[in-house]
Amino acid sequence: MIRIERRLEQPRYLQLVVPLGSVVVAFAVMAIVLAATHHPPGHVFARLFSSAFGSRRALDSTLVSATPLAFTGLCAAVAFRMNLFNIGGEGQLYIGAIIGSAVAIALGQTSQTLTVVLMVLAGAAGGALFALIPGVLRAFFSTYEIITSLMLNYVAALVLDYLIFDSQSFWRDLSTPDARVFPQGKTLPNSATWPTLHVSLVFPLGLLVAAAIALVVHVLYTRTRFGFEVRVIGDSPRAAAYAGMRTRRTILLVMALSGAIAGVGGASQDGDFRHVLDPRGLTQAGYGYAGIVIAALARYNPFAVCLVAFVLGGEILIRHRVLLRRHPAEAAA
Amino acid sequence: MSTPTPAVSLRGITKRFPGVVANDHVDFDAAVGEVHALLGENGAGKSTLSSILTGLYRPDEGTMAVYGERVEFRSPREALEAGICMVHQHFRLVPTFTVAENVLLGDHRAEGRGLFVHPREVEQRVAELGVRYGLDVDPRARIWQLSLGEQQRVEILKALHREARVLVLDEPTAVLTPQEAEGLFATVRRMADEGRTIIFISHKLNEVTGVADTVTVLREGRTVATAPVAETTPRSLASLMVGREIEGARRVARTDEIGPVVLEVDGLRVRGDRGNEAVRGVSFSVASGEIVAVAGVAGNGQRELAEAIGGMRAFDAGSVVAAGHRLRGGNAREAIHAGIAHVPEDRLHTGVAANLSVASNVVLKSYRHRQSRRGPLLRLGAIRERAAALMERYDVRGAGPHVPARQLSGGNLQKVVLGREFSDTPAVLVAASPTRGLDVSASEAVHRYLREGAASGMGILLIGEDLDEILALSDRVLVMSGGAVVGELDPGTATREELGLLMAGAGA
Repeated sequence: MIRIERRLEQPRYLQLVVPLGSVVVAFAVMAIVLAATHHPPGHVFARLFSSAFGSRRALDSTLVSATPLAFTGLCAAVAFRMNLFNIGGEGQLYIGAIIGSAVAIALGQTSQTLTVVLMVLAGAAGGALFALIPGVLRAFFSTYEIITSLMLNYVAALVLDYLIFDSQSFWRDLSTPDARVFPQGKTLPNSATWPTLHVSLVFPLGLLVAAAIALVVHVLYTRTRFGFEVRVIGDSPRAAAYAGMRTRRTILLVMALSGAIAGVGGASQDGDFRHVLDPRGLTQAGYGYAGIVIAALARYNPFAVCLVAFVLGGEILIRHRVLLRRHPAEAAA
Repeated sequence: MSTPTPAVSLRGITKRFPGVVANDHVDFDAAVGEVHALLGENGAGKSTLSSILTGLYRPDEGTMAVYGERVEFRSPREALEAGICMVHQHFRLVPTFTVAENVLLGDHRAEGRGLFVHPREVEQRVAELGVRYGLDVDPRARIWQLSLGEQQRVEILKALHREARVLVLDEPTAVLTPQEAEGLFATVRRMADEGRTIIFISHKLNEVTGVADTVTVLREGRTVATAPVAETTPRSLASLMVGREIEGARRVARTDEIGPVVLEVDGLRVRGDRGNEAVRGVSFSVASGEIVAVAGVAGNGQRELAEAIGGMRAFDAGSVVAAGHRLRGGNAREAIHAGIAHVPEDRLHTGVAANLSVASNVVLKSYRHRQSRRGPLLRLGAIRERAAALMERYDVRGAGPHVPARQLSGGNLQKVVLGREFSDTPAVLVAASPTRGLDVSASEAVHRYLREGAASGMGILLIGEDLDEILALSDRVLVMSGGAVVGELDPGTATREELGLLMAGAGA
């Protein structure tokens, strides 16, 4: 008789073999479906791959779609590491985009450096403050942050819609009769366009900021007292209380950090890609929810988040370009 | 003379886990109608052996026979069907169900499987069994309303209801008061007299000599002796268990003088988790170099008292003054700064962050200190070195500083906790049940460290239920019952009986 028992010790190689095996199985299943519908699997796979990773142009587009995912992935990873389930990356990104674009519009045409720096800071502040709502509720009233942060995503989406479609707000373009009939946001001044880095590929500034944040988060979480507290609280809140750690303060800080990262992602949407506050585009993309998946796949490791964001960015591109025959990156750019 | 068929017979049982041989050709026979103690330190292979006996594990080698019949259990269910029943240390009861419902749930036969159940009949039967075996518990009570002692009775009732022929009791007295333990022993005797076989797993020597007919001692996975209890002494059993002579928890006469008061508790009132008043106006003081014990049955306010002094629980009234610092209460950081070290009752979930490394747990409190950091960054190398030094000093074996704390045995884990708490030279140490669940060697080490701590001038508040430990270590014993101190005894002259009666609230 065969009995399946749990291994007491996992061999190291399994950590690699299991995920790779899963990918192989996934492709095999896909191949069966393709073959059954008379599409040569080899050809389809080659096309899928080339459309996201096969050329310099494809890779540039992948970097574009990876950028917001890196932010929301980091947003989730930072909080999840402390078992603080901030599901609100989506809404925090919207608020970052709203505040970031407000700063850009308010500043008008001026120094690019100043505008970009202020947009990053404003986005971070907006996201942080918005994340502090579930943060405060959790820290002082033991409310589940999962529920509150999730519900606030809808609030943020409604605010976003309201600003452009249902009001004559500061963000809305009312300069032409056309714009009055077909609501749209004010185009941001040129100085609010974020620069890019060309090193054989085109790196959006946002992606570089996200990478820098990943590095800072890594150091913060592994080498500092704050990070130590986060790890202890995440593992055992009782042990943290016993050791005299200020759990409430840490919850607030982590929520603020998490929200700030998503908020910068929102500002990056304004400055890197859309150059306008774009409710439809932002709410349809679902970056915040994708970030949760990315954080989980990356096992909350900030560097792995960047890597997974890149791969999933490619996947999103494939989905839109090949499978749905749409061109979201171009439309946004 | 032919030997009667044993109820359970194990021959050459071997079970290997990666890196360890948990059972190494163990032979074990339990006669029908006897109480057979299985004695051994933690890690000696008692749990593995009982898991094999109850079908949880399958042995790699060896044979088993129940009432002379060769058996090979492929699941716990098959062991149950053969009449072998285990009463686990951690009860397997549904808290929101009644006693009778739990008994029914534990029975895989007849009613449990049918569509309809007849609670009245089961209640009736449970009540009858209770009377017959002295297992006093209301069949209609819900589990969550019961004390741990009563819950254990339900577990035994479950076994009796399904007509177990062999009962395995795993460390059954760990959660009981002395009086409850006496009651359990009476029940055990009665069950044995009826022809049931009781396998009594323990590492407490006085229990074994008190209740068992035969004892088998395991050490490092091997059977080192089987003998009628009458032919053994606690001392001989202890050396068999440990493999060397041990001193035991013997009282050491104090020679050094007691210093100034380091902990002053006055009129302390503390609420429990359910908002009940758990500590009702307790006052006492502990002097430097003194070990003051607080004895009491679990649930009489000692845990809340310890947590209040350790800063983990706010208090309603009264004061706690440690080394001149008056605590505002409910703030562990404040207590730590005041020089109060705390060995919590639940070391795995409170005393350490179990998934973090031993090194991290060594600096669980001192990570804030200057020597643990350079600027904003932690000095990870220095922290690792400190952990390694502490593990060396407190004889923590079998792991490095990078290993997750949960992988340490109970004894090693407690040494890490104690070492950490001692490392900041506290004025006061609150130790709650510091040897609960530890084996003889580890308990011995903990006792040695506590004595050393007192000798170096700490005031130690020792909270617990282990009377032998309390009588051996302390200079004074306060007895808590119903949230109040109901008596103070001199451990030099007090007896276990006196203490037990006071703890049960029956004192004058």
